[in-house]
Amino acid sequence: MESNIFHLQYAIDTFYFLMCGALVMWMAAGFAMLESGLVRAKNTTEILTKNVALYAIACTMYLVCGYAIMYDGTLLLSGIEQTDAVAVLGDFASREDGFEGGAIYSSAADFFFQVVFVATAMSIVSGAVAERMKLWAFLAFAVVMTGVIYPLEGSWTWGGKDVFGLYNLGDLGFSDFAGSGIVHLAGAAAALAGVLLLGARKGKYGPKGEIRAIPGSNLPLAALGTFILWMGWFGFNGGSVLKLGDIASANSVAMVFLNTNAAAAGGAIAALTTGRLLFGKADLTMLLNGAIAGLVVITAEPSTPSALIATLWGGLGGVAVVFSVIFLDKLRIDDPVGAISAHGVCGFLGLILVPITNGDASFSGQLIGAATIFGWVFLASLLVWGIIKAVMGVRVSEQEEYEGVDLAECGMEAYPEFVTGK
Amino acid sequence: MKLVTAIIKPFKLDDVREALSEIGVQGVTVTEVKGFGRQKGHTELYRGAEYVVDFLPKVKVEVAIGDNLLDQVIESITKAANTGKIGDGKIFVTELLQAIRIRTGETGEEAV
Repeated sequence: MESNIFHLQYAIDTFYFLMCGALVMWMAAGFAMLESGLVRAKNTTEILTKNVALYAIACTMYLVCGYAIMYDGTLLLSGIEQTDAVAVLGDFASREDGFEGGAIYSSAADFFFQVVFVATAMSIVSGAVAERMKLWAFLAFAVVMTGVIYPLEGSWTWGGKDVFGLYNLGDLGFSDFAGSGIVHLAGAAAALAGVLLLGARKGKYGPKGEIRAIPGSNLPLAALGTFILWMGWFGFNGGSVLKLGDIASANSVAMVFLNTNAAAAGGAIAALTTGRLLFGKADLTMLLNGAIAGLVVITAEPSTPSALIATLWGGLGGVAVVFSVIFLDKLRIDDPVGAISAHGVCGFLGLILVPITNGDASFSGQLIGAATIFGWVFLASLLVWGIIKAVMGVRVSEQEEYEGVDLAECGMEAYPEFVTGK
Repeated sequence: MKLVTAIIKPFKLDDVREALSEIGVQGVTVTEVKGFGRQKGHTELYRGAEYVVDFLPKVKVEVAIGDNLLDQVIESITKAANTGKIGDGKIFVTELLQAIRIRTGETGEEAV
């Protein structure tokens, strides 16, 4: 009888990982819609191509070597399909922490849940470099980021390994529940490295220091993308509880969903209000960035805060993202969708807030962890972008930028008119 | 009075608009258009099928001016919109028979 319950617990925990992984996969659609809505019509096809392709590349590179680097798995996932129910039942029966211990679940489900996080980290980069980067340069970078850079950084955090054998982040009190730092700050670091080597879009910054608006072409898509990300995030944070099948875990999952939602709401309201105070009107794009900012902030610690604290933490993110977007423009760092602000600045903010509600984390641990993640990803990315720039160039020509990368890189407009066959 | 119609490259709109306001032209109408002159389009592939991109995006700028400003307007637009590359566009000048400011009812030179 007891072994039947173990079967069920295994099945429900496996199922939970798979469903959460599917929700995080859905975030890829969110990014695609958000980014395509915030770029100009002439650059829409290319950014969609980037988003779909990077997801596929992330899944493949992580399968080839990324998962092995991060978690000591086997290259090409060989052996992951093997199951031994008798051995698993033995594990359940013999262990001391019993029914309420750590989850035991299918290895394939573990990979599936992990791989969608890699894709999320990579897709943060695509928005920041939009409208002027060469598509194939971006995809080349994606291969290295998802195959090596992210997995190595992940191995020092969730993988528990020493950083280049020097120190151990877990021992130092670093805690990042679902990846404010490990995924979001990391993606933003790679994005910042790319943007610095790429330069701003033509016409964005004037010769006398003016900052010119380049409005997005499809705000309905941007709003849709944000809601899709919001929903997908329930899987991102919810799945990171890593277990469903006992009362304590189920309650933890429920609290994580609740807090994730609350933080997004707090961020949205805060950004809308901040935008209204600064600009005089309701800025939809800031509202959208604010919801995302709230989600990024709570990602570091969605289970221990109370619902009110989660809302407030999200609110801090919402305020921070508005000021960060303005500040980056003042530094003439051109980020068409606010990715570096929402994921980088707010990812860091999320890490710093963790020790306030989680006694197992320390401020010094969080700072060292943030510095390690940012330092490694930024410098490694700078190197890779630099090599790509030297070999094939990262930026399209001025003429191609004026015509739009849809025609230059894809030969296909997103909103064609007057097209005639031959 | 004259109606000056200029077809220019889209990214030149800001330069043309600034140049016009520097010589005192206060009103402009702008339309997004597609067209071609001697600048040929090119062929692209859509899912393996060839198609022709003949019509290129341009911007049409229309200004109604008094006769005294005509030469300056032509010179300003030409200088601001020029890139030296094919596809810079054209300027057309037509005789404007009448102009009326709707709010005040002014007509003629006072309305442009």
